[in-house]
Amino acid sequence: MEYVNPLTGFRVDGRRPNEMRQLKGEVGVVARADGSAMFEMGNTRVIAAVYGPREVQIKGQQVSSEEALVRCEYRMADFSTGDRRRKPKGDRRSTEISLVIRQTMEASILTHLMPRSQIDIFVQVLQADGGTRAACINAATLALADAGIPMRDIVTSCSAGYLCSTPLLDLNYIEDSAGGPDVTVGILAKMDKVTLLQMDAKLPMDTFETVMELAIEGCKAIAKYIREVLLENTKRLECQRCLRPDFVSGHFLQQTYMYRAIFVEIKAYKAAFGSED
Amino acid sequence: MRDLQLSLNQTQKVRLDAALHELQTIAPASTSAAAVSVADTIPVNDEDNILKGHGTSDQDGEVVATLCGVVERVNKLVYVRTLRARYKPEVGDIIVGRVIELAPKRWRLEINFSQDAVLMLSSMNLPDGIQRRRTAVDELNMRSIFEENDVICAEVRGFQHDGSLHLQARSQKYGKLERGQLLIVPAYLVKRRKQHFHHLEQYDADLILGCNGFIWVGEHVVVGQNINIMEDKPSLSAEVENFTPLETRRHICRLGNAVRVLSALGFTLTAELIIETAEASVSSNFEINDMLGAEFYVQTAQREAKRRADLLRKKSGTM
Repeated sequence: MEYVNPLTGFRVDGRRPNEMRQLKGEVGVVARADGSAMFEMGNTRVIAAVYGPREVQIKGQQVSSEEALVRCEYRMADFSTGDRRRKPKGDRRSTEISLVIRQTMEASILTHLMPRSQIDIFVQVLQADGGTRAACINAATLALADAGIPMRDIVTSCSAGYLCSTPLLDLNYIEDSAGGPDVTVGILAKMDKVTLLQMDAKLPMDTFETVMELAIEGCKAIAKYIREVLLENTKRLECQRCLRPDFVSGHFLQQTYMYRAIFVEIKAYKAAFGSED
Repeated sequence: MRDLQLSLNQTQKVRLDAALHELQTIAPASTSAAAVSVADTIPVNDEDNILKGHGTSDQDGEVVATLCGVVERVNKLVYVRTLRARYKPEVGDIIVGRVIELAPKRWRLEINFSQDAVLMLSSMNLPDGIQRRRTAVDELNMRSIFEENDVICAEVRGFQHDGSLHLQARSQKYGKLERGQLLIVPAYLVKRRKQHFHHLEQYDADLILGCNGFIWVGEHVVVGQNINIMEDKPSLSAEVENFTPLETRRHICRLGNAVRVLSALGFTLTAELIIETAEASVSSNFEINDMLGAEFYVQTAQREAKRRADLLRKKSGTM
């Protein structure tokens, strides 16, 4: 099957090889969670909820009393794929992805600031259309930031592949299931550090580099978008909260100046008429 | 819209958008300039000795935010004030919490902090009101004071050496809260004030704004009366006598719904604003359950926008 049209250079869903699917991020979708987010990459749609930092629920799991315990659970909804199938909890694939997400997020969370507590991340795939791993990490980042958990940097992830001797960014399900190489990269966007790199096929060294470069470019674009979403959300919350405190404190400021003026006057008075108190 | 699932119709949507837009335009430009998200660089004008506070870190000589929030500067200190994060206790805060566990000589409370808080038996007044050593009998009778799932009001005493948070309840005004509603809002919506206990006389209700975002609305209790009830186990007739009147219950629900609407809109909760909202619902003939509907939500947003605009105008008039 042709995944890239040799004449036009377009992919099966009409994208250019280095084009990403449409992104959509929304914060605050789960009412009871401390932080939550929905993230869409084209038709892939993921929801993430963060609970914590809270008291460690099962004391045996606590590794050290100096750092927070991070846990992650990944699940695919029964209706997320084309064929509706009941998926057993804790199968090999979802355990592996849970682990991957946990390790990636743990690299960014400043766990030493929240000793003796635990952070739970729950990610659920609502629609799977390739790149669920990447979408889950992006959603988890948004949810963690919404929960006000201190992080070193924004973690973003994006996949890239190599089909029909063309590097392709952000594979969808059809391209994903073509059996070609699929590179998922997760980076700390500002520090330019790689926290996740997975590939399930073989690639020549030089091709791999171009594919990875492409994925990193994708990650950076996602980071830019996520930052916009977060900043807009922060501004909205702050604007609604109340008028800035300067409206109140302006009054106090005036008073302080007044007192200072009186003080200066007394000083001048003392200087003029001797210092017999 | 986090807590309320609303179905707004077209006009309501337009009105809400207009009100929220006005709130944004009223807010001074410095607000949006000071907002940062994770990994944003905080500009510091090359003052060599600034102090990096909460929510900041040093990366290659730059001050970088580790949280989403608003940058605050106090003299040399630069820190990021978070919104929507869990509660950060400070000594002396008045908080409301829920008992989750009884442990030897202590209760464990859920207070929306990263750990459970501890209330020692020795750091609270005994029901008989006498200062004395706590005996083993007292320890056995702990469940008669507070049980699991009881809602309690207390004060933050401080952090112990091992990093756990201790509370105290050494006054008659602290203790078990009964006959009312506990409402949980984000902690940033409650500001630290001189007064956190409010007696709303017109409603015969008590309002406690816990700094941790737990808000209690309940029947008014005269301080000291609680203890008498505990001492002589109330008989059935006393129970009937202490029955909360229907009118008071209605008031409590109304105040509770006012808090729900305001927190869903993300407005800072003060006693005045809560009363104002409850009164507005009465004057415009909203049933208590309709207060959580779309129409009242939109009206509250509009009222607040108008109030702030008036405040701003008044201020610029006096300047």
